[in-house]
Amino acid sequence: MSETQVAQKSTTLFGKKERRLLTDPFNDNNPITVQVLGICSALAVTVAVKNALVMAVAVTLVTGFSNLIISLLRNTIPNRVRMIVQLVVIASLVSIVEMVLHAFQYDVYKQMSVYIGLIITNCILMGRLEAFAMANKPWQSLLDGIGNGVGYGAILIAVAFFRELFGKGSVFGFRVLPDWYVPNGLMLIPAAAIFLIGIIIWIQRSRNTKLVDIS
Amino acid sequence: MEYINIFIKASFVENMVLSFFLGMCSFLAISKKVKTAVGLGAAVVFVLTMTVPINWLISNYLLSENGIFHTDLTFLKLIIYIAVIAAMVQLVEMVVERFSPALYSALGIFLPLITVNCSILGGALFMDSREYELGEAAVFGFGSGFGFFLAIVAIAAIREKLRYSNIPAPLRGLGIAFIITGLMGLAFMSFIGIKL
Repeated sequence: MSETQVAQKSTTLFGKKERRLLTDPFNDNNPITVQVLGICSALAVTVAVKNALVMAVAVTLVTGFSNLIISLLRNTIPNRVRMIVQLVVIASLVSIVEMVLHAFQYDVYKQMSVYIGLIITNCILMGRLEAFAMANKPWQSLLDGIGNGVGYGAILIAVAFFRELFGKGSVFGFRVLPDWYVPNGLMLIPAAAIFLIGIIIWIQRSRNTKLVDIS
Repeated sequence: MEYINIFIKASFVENMVLSFFLGMCSFLAISKKVKTAVGLGAAVVFVLTMTVPINWLISNYLLSENGIFHTDLTFLKLIIYIAVIAAMVQLVEMVVERFSPALYSALGIFLPLITVNCSILGGALFMDSREYELGEAAVFGFGSGFGFFLAIVAIAAIREKLRYSNIPAPLRGLGIAFIITGLMGLAFMSFIGIKL
C-alpha cells in the first residue's frame, strides 16, 4: 500500500522538482556557461538569428527525445556498450532532423552543412544522457532534455542576435540599424562568438556569485 | 609535396580548434594543466589518424553506389561514422590498457571522452565533403590531430601562467579561457593568407 502512495507522489506531472528541471538550465545550470557543454556547434551557427533558431529547435528536439529513449532503455543497456547504444540513438535522431531540414529548409541546411551532423557530438547530449537519463525516470528525463535544449538555445540566440546586429546591421535578415552604420566584419568571424560567450559568462557570474570559480 | 601541403593546411591554416572551433568542449575542460593536455592531445592524434582513413574506406566501398551493395546508403553515414569512432576509441582503450598500463592510467577518463570530441566526427565529415583520396585522407587526419595537439598544449600553458595573474573574480576560470581562445583564434587567422 505504501509503495503505491510513493509511486503516486512521484508521478505528479508538474511538481516543484519537475519545474526546477525546466528552469535550472536557464541560469544556475546553463549547459553552455556553467556546464561548458556543446560549445562546438554554438559558434558556427550564430552568424544569423535564423540559423541559431533552427539549431536551437533541432537540439531541443534531439535532447528531449534521446533523454526519453535512453531513460526508457536504461535498465536493459549493458554498461560496457552503453556509449555505443547512446550514440546510435542520438545519431538516428540527428539523421531524422537532417533529412527534415534537407526537405523543408534547404537554404538553412546548406549554410549549416556539417554542423547539423555535429549535433551528434554535441556534448550536451552525451552529458545529459550520462548525468541524468541513465539514472532517472522517462518523464523527468524528457523535461531535463527539453530544459537543457532551451537553455542552450537561449544563449545561442542571444549570441546570434548581437553578432547579426553588429556584423550585418540586421535581425532575422531585416536591416534595423540606420544606413550610416558600417557593419563590423569582426563580429562575423567565429572568434567574436567566443568573446561574446566569455562576456555572457562574466555578466552571469558577477550577478550570481555562487558560480564563481575560486581556483 | 601534395601530402605536405595537406598536412600544413590541416594543422595550421585550417586548425580544427582555432579556425573551426571544433572540439571546444574537451579543449576547454581539459586544458588546466599541460601534462593532461599532452595526454589528451596524443590520444586525439592517434584516433583521428585511424578513424579518418577507416571512414574513407567505409564511405567509398560500403556506402557509395559503386560499393559492395550497389545501392546508395549515404543516409546511414552519420550512424556508421559515429559507430566506427566509438568502436575505435573502445579498441584503443583496450589496446592501451593491455600493453601500456602506465599510459592508460595517465590518460584515464580522457580516452572515452574522445568519442564525443567534435573534431573527430568533424574530421570524418570534412574528409567527405572535400573528396580526398585515401592517402590524402590519412594525412589530413594526422594533420588535424596534430593541430589539435598544438592548440590544446598552447592554451594549457597559457592557463597555467594565468593562475598567477589578477583577473576580476567573475571572469576567472572559464570566462577568461573563452576570451583567450578567441584571441588565439584571431592569431591563427594570420595563416589564412597562406596559399599552398
